[in-house]
Amino acid sequence: MASIIGKSVKRVEDKRFLTGKGNFTDDIVLPGMTYASIVRSHHAHAKINSVDISQATAVDGVVAVFTGTDIANAEIGGVPCGWQVDFKNGDTMKEPPHPLLVADKVRFVGDAVAVVIAETAAAAQDGAELVSVDYEMLEAVVQGPDALAADAPLVHDDVPHNTCYDWELGDKTATDEAIENAEHVTKLEFVNQRLIPNAIEPRAAIGHYEEASEKYTLYTTSQNPHLIRLLLSAFVLGLPEHKVRVISPDVGGGFGSKIPHYIEEALMVWCSGQIKRPVKWTAERNESFMTDTHGRDHVTKAEMGFDADGKIEGLRVKTVANLGAYLSTFSTCVPTYLHGTLLQGLYTTPAIHIDLTAVFTNTTPVDALRGAGRPEATYLLERLLDNAAREMNVDPAELRFKNFIPPFDGVDQPGYQTQVALQYDSGNYQPVLEKALDMVDYQEFRTRQAEAREEGRLLGIGFSTYIEACGIAPSAVVGSLGARAGLYESAQVRVQPTGKVSVYVGSHSHGQGHETTFAQVVADKLGIAMEDVEIVHGDSESVAFGMGTYGSRSLAVGGSAIMKSIDKVLEKGAKIAAHKLEVAETDLEFANGQWTVKGSDQSIGFGDVALTAYVPHDYPEGLEPGMDFSSFYDPANFTYPFGAHIAVVEVDPETGKVKLERFVACDDVGNVINPMIVDGQLHGGIAHGIGQALYEGAIYDESGQLVSASFMDYTMPRADDLPMFELDRTVTPCPHNPLGVKGAGEAGTIAATPAVVNAVIDALSPFGVSDITMPLTPERVWKAMQTQTKEAAI
Amino acid sequence: MIPSEFEYCRAGSVEEALDLLAQKGPDAKILAGGHSLLPAMKLRLNSPGAVIDISGIGELSYIKEEGSHLVIGACTTHGDIAKSTLLSEKIPMIVEAAAEIGDVQVRNKGTIGGSLAHADPAADWPASLLAGEAEIVLASSSGERTVAAVDFFQGLFTTDLGENELITEIRLPIPDAYTKSTYVKFEQPASRFAIVGCAASITRSNGSCDKVRVAFTGVSSTPFRDQAVEQALEGQAPSDDNIEAAAEKAAMSVEVMGDHFASQEYRKHLAKVYARRALQAVLS
Amino acid sequence: MGVPISVTVNGQHRESEVDSRTLLVQFIREELRLTGTHVGCDTSSCGACTIIMDGKAVKSCTVLAASANGSDITTIEGLAQNGELHPLQEGFKEEHGLQCGFCTPGMIMTAVQLLEDNPQPSEAEIRHGLEGNYCRCTGYHNIVKAIYHASRKYKEVSHG
Repeated sequence: MASIIGKSVKRVEDKRFLTGKGNFTDDIVLPGMTYASIVRSHHAHAKINSVDISQATAVDGVVAVFTGTDIANAEIGGVPCGWQVDFKNGDTMKEPPHPLLVADKVRFVGDAVAVVIAETAAAAQDGAELVSVDYEMLEAVVQGPDALAADAPLVHDDVPHNTCYDWELGDKTATDEAIENAEHVTKLEFVNQRLIPNAIEPRAAIGHYEEASEKYTLYTTSQNPHLIRLLLSAFVLGLPEHKVRVISPDVGGGFGSKIPHYIEEALMVWCSGQIKRPVKWTAERNESFMTDTHGRDHVTKAEMGFDADGKIEGLRVKTVANLGAYLSTFSTCVPTYLHGTLLQGLYTTPAIHIDLTAVFTNTTPVDALRGAGRPEATYLLERLLDNAAREMNVDPAELRFKNFIPPFDGVDQPGYQTQVALQYDSGNYQPVLEKALDMVDYQEFRTRQAEAREEGRLLGIGFSTYIEACGIAPSAVVGSLGARAGLYESAQVRVQPTGKVSVYVGSHSHGQGHETTFAQVVADKLGIAMEDVEIVHGDSESVAFGMGTYGSRSLAVGGSAIMKSIDKVLEKGAKIAAHKLEVAETDLEFANGQWTVKGSDQSIGFGDVALTAYVPHDYPEGLEPGMDFSSFYDPANFTYPFGAHIAVVEVDPETGKVKLERFVACDDVGNVINPMIVDGQLHGGIAHGIGQALYEGAIYDESGQLVSASFMDYTMPRADDLPMFELDRTVTPCPHNPLGVKGAGEAGTIAATPAVVNAVIDALSPFGVSDITMPLTPERVWKAMQTQTKEAAI
Repeated sequence: MIPSEFEYCRAGSVEEALDLLAQKGPDAKILAGGHSLLPAMKLRLNSPGAVIDISGIGELSYIKEEGSHLVIGACTTHGDIAKSTLLSEKIPMIVEAAAEIGDVQVRNKGTIGGSLAHADPAADWPASLLAGEAEIVLASSSGERTVAAVDFFQGLFTTDLGENELITEIRLPIPDAYTKSTYVKFEQPASRFAIVGCAASITRSNGSCDKVRVAFTGVSSTPFRDQAVEQALEGQAPSDDNIEAAAEKAAMSVEVMGDHFASQEYRKHLAKVYARRALQAVLS
Repeated sequence: MGVPISVTVNGQHRESEVDSRTLLVQFIREELRLTGTHVGCDTSSCGACTIIMDGKAVKSCTVLAASANGSDITTIEGLAQNGELHPLQEGFKEEHGLQCGFCTPGMIMTAVQLLEDNPQPSEAEIRHGLEGNYCRCTGYHNIVKAIYHASRKYKEVSHG
């Protein structure tokens, strides 16, 4: 039987989605269900004097109304932060509470003030409209750097200077010296703008308390149901964990925004307990814009020093990270351990230092968004490199070749120790860029570009060679860095008596195709048909435990947990097979679902062995019946995918509008189980990265109003904005996990953004433009041309 | 997501709709395709007491030639207009404008009458209707009147449409065979409404531009005909220089809008660029 | 304030009384329990709620259920015939045109009309035809291929 590993097997999960039979949270209707509408602040910063619910409770169909005072009186804590980062001086970060409903003051537009529960969604909305809140307006602070001003209003009265923490990484002295002594220093000051995630499925939650059993069930649009259960039980509502069931059914995209534990999840559970009926809340898109955690929002100053030969000597970074009004679950680790630690990139830079301050503002909380920290690091590095190449008059590809870390496989050669804490597992960087250059036909492009310029047309090419850390993460390592949870994964492989296999995984699939990829792995390793494998995920009642899906970790960590359980199955299977065949285990070999006595045609099939395990009449002495194994896999290291992305653009010289002509990518994500799915992940990631470069950006006005709070005001890439993507890959296996896989979910987003921006800057190089603030809207591009033209004329 | 409560009234004919309008008073709103009204109602920006549904009135959906005019029923969808060969032959800018509206689903349901009544300053329709010197027929229980497009649009979401009136028809004079027209647009990338929409219609004779009509939408709070551009080109030969000079005069006489997608300065610049592109397209 | 309506959905005749403010998408999802039609926004932008109404792709979040009286509606659930996937459904599967599956029903219903109007569209025409539908997972790459796949299938069928 040919291996199905590495084959583009069509997805198992497709049929239900294609026929309208998916089961998303909002599709679920429970008997006696009520509907919740949340009253949200229209002000960015205001004191709540009083909340009048009398009109709302009078609305026909309204069942109950709760306010921040009710939550405070019930002594319910806020939703916690999952990662502690300490100040440089060792003090613990500031961690103000994020209550389920606020009672004292609102801190961002969208902050939850009250909840109205009714028999119908319409009545709940009618009631919510009639909750009257008396606000006393306070001055708001919106931009990260402004929060640090001496006279800035305080988002939390007990957090001085709005500072959550300050933090540094790397050798400051060595870096200062390197920059000072460098032959050439390239500088860039920029905003890595705030993005709004916009998974197409809006968040939703149903709380269901069953009085007779005293059990709570939460249906939620979460990427990590077990983590939600843990936080809900241990930290927020203090419920007995064994009486809490969390189900994440089909989830319509996450992109990081469905990792955090949100107030609405706890609120629905609590409300259900109060009214003893199921309560459903589904976000309107407008609420998604205001309350799904946002991403990025860094203001950065970066300097890169080079020697006369173009070798990077040092990198110095200073960043203010805007965390929004409250700490979301992983918000604190994104700008630090997922960003600062990636500043080595693919380069041999001998001295690196980052100094970062994380602040509170009157804006939506910020957390992980596809890439989470790594896009910010990559953007910084890759923009600096293309700018440096231009300034030093070196080809940007050549400059990269000159600085790449030499190849190492992590087996015969050790991993690469960076200046910023991480040790890369395996890497071979030159080939990805060589391949990408071939794909784009670089020399031909430069000729075409020169010809086009003669005709007044502006073509540009931009590069991005990236690395990311994924397969998150070794528990002891992250624990030492402040994580308040382990980041292992669990998987249970249950072989049924008939040889069919159910696999219970802690990873959660919301588009990644786990039901297919995991089944491929299991079927291949056990030598059975894929149809005989069922992947179960997303329900804390059936899956023992799980840390969920984010950080491109499912296959590298969750897949490894499956492999561990498979090993246990095969180990036990071999004992049974040996007994049945009356030989020693060492005389057996396992292939294609059969244990065969070496050098003979005597064999026993997987199904027969499974049956024997459950009908143990003729059975090895001392061996337990059954065949059901659980494993937890804690990775030895992160995994480090890498690649080279190249964008080709044409800019309309009259309007500044950018047309993306081509997008070429050569990625190395380690071994590939299902190329079709991996390519799909890259496509989506690339589109997201292009979105940041050209289209997307949250806009707040000075008073803290979110101006871009709908699809009419926030641009996302549509089909006709994008070209077909041209992909290829190299394979450098991960040396430390059994499948040799690295992860592919975020690579595209991490790589694409700087490639596109660099391409536009390259197109505009006749104007001497070196930076344009993202997103590169036509107006910004046009203005850049105007400014530079005028300056050149003077 | 869910509108406030209202009384739903289905009108089977224009007469019935007008009776209902008179009956329900100023608190009533007409619902045709619903693609301007319902989004506002769902966000509760608009909460009418009654909604008079005219979407089922077949007699308001047509495109036909009537003497010297092409007439379009108010309930004709953008999609039907975009596919009209009659309009495409006679007044192509109308078809081009229709094809630029929203997306295919929106065009399938949204109607020309609904869009005009809503009068979004960034809607696509007004430019080509102004350049085409359209007339809009308004009916009420007390009779019918016809208003020139140039008088119909009065400001931001404001028109000449009276509270008890219904738009029933759009009338466009059929230009002679020497007239060419086009509609070009620089779209707002999120909503795909017009940041600048420019319609141009030019009648040529003896190598010069006899009659020039240029109109903009999206640029100012009220769509407008740009007479400075028109006059600069009228009587002139269609040379690149003349086109350039005329386009340079675009949007000089109006208060230009600014927002986070396009500042005043940039919008004004785009108006010139799109005026030139429209004129070039027509005269090429 | 019930408004009586009579509609045909996926070939089945349905009579009902709806609240005046009930949107067609709510009627389809909540009353008919055909939950394949999704709601992804409140501004008629995302296209997840697209259905075929009287032969045309329509955003069912921007139609009152009351206004749908007398119409013939097809939702994603009505596309496969006799257990056989529609060429578009098959195309999406073959070309991996879906990931999370949330936008998929709307994408497919939009594509139904796209191919009806233009059975052999170019890449650009496919992309333009999808301007009313957002997808956050696929970067549209494989959706374009999926529709192209279906268009070839249409061609095979029509050329016998």
